[in-house]
Amino acid sequence: MKDIREDIAWAQINQDVLKSMESPRKLYWVILFFAFAAFCVGVGCEVYQYQTGMGVANKNNPHAWGLYISTFIFWIGMSHSGTLLSAILHLMHADWRKPIFRFAEALTTFSLMTAGLFVMVHLGRLWQFYYSVPYPDERGLWPNFQSPLLWDAMAIFTYLSSSILFLYIGMIPDLAICRDHLHEGWRKKLYTLLSLGWEGTDRQWRNFRVTYLTIACFLIPLAVSVHSIVAADFAMSQQPGWHVTSFPAYFVAGALYSGCSAIITLFIILRYVFKFEEYMTLPILKKTVRLTFAIAMIWTYLNAVEFASVWYSHDQASKDVLIQKVVGPFAPFWWGMIFCGSVVPLMLAFKRFQTNVPVLFVVSLLLNLGMWLERWMIVAPTFSHGYYPWTWDHDQWPGFVQWGMVFASFGWFTMLFMGFCKVFPSVSMYEVKEMVYHRKLHLKNSETAEQGAH
Amino acid sequence: MSQRHLLALFNNFEDAEAAIYELRAADIKGFNFDDLTLKSPIEHHEVESVLGQRSANVQWFSLGGSLLGGLLGFFLISGSQANFYAQMKGGKPIVPFPPNFVLTFEMCVLGGVFITILGFLICAGLPAKRSPLYNAKVSEDQIGVLVKADESAMAKIKGVFLNHQALEIQEEVSK
Repeated sequence: MKDIREDIAWAQINQDVLKSMESPRKLYWVILFFAFAAFCVGVGCEVYQYQTGMGVANKNNPHAWGLYISTFIFWIGMSHSGTLLSAILHLMHADWRKPIFRFAEALTTFSLMTAGLFVMVHLGRLWQFYYSVPYPDERGLWPNFQSPLLWDAMAIFTYLSSSILFLYIGMIPDLAICRDHLHEGWRKKLYTLLSLGWEGTDRQWRNFRVTYLTIACFLIPLAVSVHSIVAADFAMSQQPGWHVTSFPAYFVAGALYSGCSAIITLFIILRYVFKFEEYMTLPILKKTVRLTFAIAMIWTYLNAVEFASVWYSHDQASKDVLIQKVVGPFAPFWWGMIFCGSVVPLMLAFKRFQTNVPVLFVVSLLLNLGMWLERWMIVAPTFSHGYYPWTWDHDQWPGFVQWGMVFASFGWFTMLFMGFCKVFPSVSMYEVKEMVYHRKLHLKNSETAEQGAH
Repeated sequence: MSQRHLLALFNNFEDAEAAIYELRAADIKGFNFDDLTLKSPIEHHEVESVLGQRSANVQWFSLGGSLLGGLLGFFLISGSQANFYAQMKGGKPIVPFPPNFVLTFEMCVLGGVFITILGFLICAGLPAKRSPLYNAKVSEDQIGVLVKADESAMAKIKGVFLNHQALEIQEEVSK
């Protein structure tokens, strides 16, 4: 299996990455077209829902949250990929992350932007969005700061703004490369503006290193807090099936899991579309796959813990919700979640599948499907089977407007992500150079030591 | 005496470091070692052993920012909750610490990140106009050593650079 070559010239790295931004494969435009088409479906659904009212989404009591909040949680979870690859693995000095962390950071930013849209779509009355931010009403009353929903608004704002800054700061040296080596035009003007006059001086690098490390340290607890707070939206309520202590850990594991599987999907797509075979190598894919497998097993364990704690809690209402999931109307989706989330990842344990690109592509899509189903199975069954039998409703299913919005969110995300990868370098050139340099140095030192021993 | 800038480009860190070592040891009149800047396409922290300890103070901004953010968050929340004295709280505390801790933490991180970025820009001297002696090869694969020195010291410095296989030397008169 071929890894990144130690003897690859630095100039060649610049050339390859810059070329990828100018001439991707045709599939890029095909993906962009379908993403745009999906996005248009969502715009149509939103306009229809806005003009007609929330009833068209078929989202009515007791199903107050529906697919919008499920998909919101899904996209928030997806955003943990960037933090894992950029911040956690950066602190652990895992240098294999270097060619792929940039797109993982972009994945974080754009999935948070997608998640944010669902809050507004769910709200329906878009003009009242400001109710969720700390802003007093005309009687001087502020929003309830003791509500996890307000924590959510603040946590997501903090995470989104920090992620954008983290992505941008980490990109400054690469923007300077783009500024120096691309021809005149709007791109050059953009890179000149964004690179802030970076020259790669020792002073700039020294402060850059400390800044990047410090923000990474801020981002790790922040990422954990964001999904813990999303978990608190559920766990702090008294609803059956949600009032579980292990929810924050379960949510964070689920978030890392969906983030990792999304990284595999996008790794495979970018590798082909932008001709990054030289940099996004199979050994790196293998390491990502192994990481995903480990997280999948942690998620499976925490899932079992959640079921066990509900089952042995002797809380009949919570047990009924669990039974509804297993044998009730949601059973096909619940079993689908178990299959996609816990059974399919077992394939990743086999060496021969760890570098099989077509198999991994399908597996990663199934894992993502499982993670989306997981969020839906957290939200919907509890609403359909609450404490009071007269509130039960097992026959209400999301309308086409809700499904349309979910479908469109993938289009919106893909549009943003692919647009980013075309305009900005999705492989970090300076980090790959560092990786190659240190490997070469290590190789040279080993050879010298070997010669000395002889 | 007028001072001039000189930029030498090297093929690798070893040559650049050797040139810097020699300049440091040579004690050339009209040249202050602190006026030497290394420019490189990658972060190379081994260079600190050659350049000597130069400070990076970003972490102090981070500390200040996170403390400021946390305090601001807590007082914003508790200040608005204190407004609820007018309302019945059912025996619960007016300013409850456990839930307020969550937002205080978020604001602590927000302040920390924002002020760290500000600190980075200040400490790294960004945004800046590119120096006239900037060479695009520095962002590709060559190592640049930029010095500012009196005109009288130029010949000696050039000699040192050439001794260590400088690929190119650029000069500019500083105003």
